[in-house]
Amino acid sequence: MNCIVIDDEATARVIISQLCSNVPSLNVLEDFPNAMQAIKYLNQNEVDLIFLDIHMPDFTGFDFIDTLKNPPKIILTTSDPNFAIQAFEYDCIVDYLVKPVSQERFDKAILKAEAKQVTPVKTDSNTDKAETTSGNHLYVNIDRRLIKIDIPSIYLVEAKGDYIQVKTEDKNYTVHSTLKKIEDKLPDDLFLKVHRSYIINIKKIIDIEDNSVLIKKDVIPVSRSNRPELMKRLNLL
Amino acid sequence: MEQPNQTYIDSLSGGDEAFKQKLIDIIKKEYPEEKQVYFDNYNAKNFKLAADNVHKLKHKISILGLEKSYDVAVAYETNLLEGSIDQKEEFEAILNAITIYLEDL
Repeated sequence: MNCIVIDDEATARVIISQLCSNVPSLNVLEDFPNAMQAIKYLNQNEVDLIFLDIHMPDFTGFDFIDTLKNPPKIILTTSDPNFAIQAFEYDCIVDYLVKPVSQERFDKAILKAEAKQVTPVKTDSNTDKAETTSGNHLYVNIDRRLIKIDIPSIYLVEAKGDYIQVKTEDKNYTVHSTLKKIEDKLPDDLFLKVHRSYIINIKKIIDIEDNSVLIKKDVIPVSRSNRPELMKRLNLL
Repeated sequence: MEQPNQTYIDSLSGGDEAFKQKLIDIIKKEYPEEKQVYFDNYNAKNFKLAADNVHKLKHKISILGLEKSYDVAVAYETNLLEGSIDQKEEFEAILNAITIYLEDL
């Protein structure tokens, strides 16, 4: 089985790779310190099995699985046994290894993985589940929960690869979606796309220079083509 | 106090000295960084982030065979998430014991 390892801890990646090296049927193709890099890899490559850490900064293992339309077999590796119940809500998860992992326990997990039939596929970069709107609120899907965001509190949305970062007065959210999708959900009278990677809340603008706007502490570039619309929207003296 | 050991590392390496040294080198590099991030977050009173750091340090604690210390780390992580600093001293004594142990490796 071709596999990859995703864990933000280098020590854990080396240990899992070592455990794999003792199993002839396993071939470790790559390892990744975060889920984002793995998603990019999976957009181009197929794997049979993923060793996945749950507890990673910014993007948990469950967030990662939720981005995969038809995930391959996954073995979770974690220091936290409390996620076991949640883990088995996913058909793709074949086992749950609590660190530190012994070779004996690892081998059992591989036997389970070999016995389970799951079709490996690439990631679905068009997953249509990131956000829904209701009235003055937007719901974003994070870690299998729909989080409610007050739309007027959003001051900036930034595109980051296959993700967007939604910045609000209180908190920032990283969501698997596109700028186009959220642009369609946000009210035109309040929000404006000023650059291919940025949508701003025009009521939150502090100042404007030639080709940039200041919102909170963020300096956002304004493309030449979008500047006339921005100027038209402002209440200029 | 419980002392770090290489029982798990020896078992994992199966006599492969090159792998064992590679793993120890990575731990020696990664551990001080993780410890520093923990102290930075703790000192800034970012207890949620400090709890995340404790979570990550738990793996190093378990790799070094510190079973009772691991339980202390689990409890301290929970305490931090609840805004309590109970067991801070015990946890930081474990970090110190690991630091001394790694320096001698």
